[in-house]
Amino acid sequence: MSATDVDTFDVDSVRSEFPLLTDRTIDDARLVYLDSGNTSQKPRSVIDAMSSFMETTYSPINRSSYRLAGEATEAYESGRIAVARLINAPSADEVVFTKNATEAMNLVAQAWGRMNLSTGDVVVLTEMEHHANIVPWQMLAHERGVEIRWIGLTPDGQLDLSNLDELLDGARVLSFTAMSNVLGTIPPTKQLCAAAHAVGALAVVDACQFVPHNVTDVQAWGADLVAFSSHKMCGPSGIGMLWGRMEVLDAMPAFLGGGNMIDTVTFDGFTTAPVPAKFEAGTPPIVEAVGLAAAVEFLEGLGMANIRQHEMQLTRYALDTLNSRFGDDITIYGPDNVEVRGGVFSFAFRDLHPHDVSQVLDETNVCVRAGHHCAKPLMQTLGVNATTRASVYLYNDEADIDALADGLDGASDIFGF
Amino acid sequence: MPGLEDLYREIILDHYRTPRNRGELEPPAVKIDGHNPLCGDEITVYLAVDRAESGDVDDAVVSDIKIGGQGCSISQSSASMMTKAVMGKTVGDINAVMRRFKSMMGIDGIELEDDDGDVDLGELEALQGVVKFPVRIKCAVLSWNTLANAIAASADNASDDA
Repeated sequence: MSATDVDTFDVDSVRSEFPLLTDRTIDDARLVYLDSGNTSQKPRSVIDAMSSFMETTYSPINRSSYRLAGEATEAYESGRIAVARLINAPSADEVVFTKNATEAMNLVAQAWGRMNLSTGDVVVLTEMEHHANIVPWQMLAHERGVEIRWIGLTPDGQLDLSNLDELLDGARVLSFTAMSNVLGTIPPTKQLCAAAHAVGALAVVDACQFVPHNVTDVQAWGADLVAFSSHKMCGPSGIGMLWGRMEVLDAMPAFLGGGNMIDTVTFDGFTTAPVPAKFEAGTPPIVEAVGLAAAVEFLEGLGMANIRQHEMQLTRYALDTLNSRFGDDITIYGPDNVEVRGGVFSFAFRDLHPHDVSQVLDETNVCVRAGHHCAKPLMQTLGVNATTRASVYLYNDEADIDALADGLDGASDIFGF
Repeated sequence: MPGLEDLYREIILDHYRTPRNRGELEPPAVKIDGHNPLCGDEITVYLAVDRAESGDVDDAVVSDIKIGGQGCSISQSSASMMTKAVMGKTVGDINAVMRRFKSMMGIDGIELEDDDGDVDLGELEALQGVVKFPVRIKCAVLSWNTLANAIAASADNASDDA
């Protein structure tokens, strides 16, 4: 989609699709939901798709031969097809459904890691990773002496690639986020995947924040494995996705064992089903896959490029508004350049603790997140214990940013600055 | 919806802006850390306890207490108020205050003893408003839980030496 195809975003019309956002008011103050980085709200079409499925079609998938089950299976698989289309995967068979993206990352570390990594092997991560892309590797480090190296950050929160060659020297894996959930930073994913391949390392991408907010093309990225999740992209919770190149997934052993992921089972052992079933043990999140299919359709209806454009404008507005209203009293982490930044703003406001800031903002129905955002190493790099984080999505507008700024004024009043 | 004036009472803000008894104590004072993983509140309690001649732990007296750490206004002001409430008191009296305080905070499973009803919470009463904001109860109670661990550690040291 080129820049000229970008339509004007009618946020009011978009927001009216979300029952929770339209219905929820406190003292006539509408809900200002600025925590989509944590989880996104759900449009009516997703809610209806799931209820309707349960009302009319729900039955086992892949197991039974009656007509109803066939329809249910088709509805479930439509989720896989929709996701593959959204990320430009060459085949829907390369999309594995998990419980969430965290499980997908554990799948990679356990299934690929256990088979390919041993003592002294090097895994390269970055200092801005979410715990889901740290802890599974640390478990391997602890279990079998894998060494972890870290790509550092520049002062404005981008990756410091000045010593990338050194870090990648002899590495087996480069695993990194396509968009930081704290800083909003969007690193050069394609360049990083190429750098990984140049040294024969596996390229793994945590795309949880990226996919819901951008045009995603896993082929153009040249990645090997990409994890993301439904609940951050207007879909239901309880279903996550791991895309992988067929060659990579095929070579990996199974992760969880049980039904559906087998070909045969005897008293002596088992053989595995082909990808993706190999990685989908037990009854999957059937209803959730149907909801996810509807979510993808909803997003495609708006256009990912349009969503990204909307958020870039909103991000620019937010950075400018907050900086001009509060000057030195606010520190917004992450790059100022919205070309390399998504709509996530972590900030420090005066000397107020994030927990107090979010409490005061809650008074005016403004929802933000306070804490370490599952990125404690990054907090250490930033030199803080916690930050306040606001994050925008397709249902936010400038009035939401103004409400955030007004709320911060309120915090100043209460704490007597 | 409860108003923030219930939560951020003047006395709480006072203790937050000017926390009492900040600092460190050298060994043999015990040093115990506590934290709230959800929001990043951290506290360190340094505790100096003089053993009672009777040998009864409850008669031991807190001769000095210092607080380190950083966190939200509720956790830090509660810690500051705590130091005032326990300085110079016996462990037995401190435990009674702790029971009354936690009971006020709505913590489950606190069994008040006979005389606990007479315990005067003093400034700690100001934290009553926290109960209306359940997410913040953990913040108010963090320092007390850490203190409980410090008292236990101190008693362990005492019995080791005995």
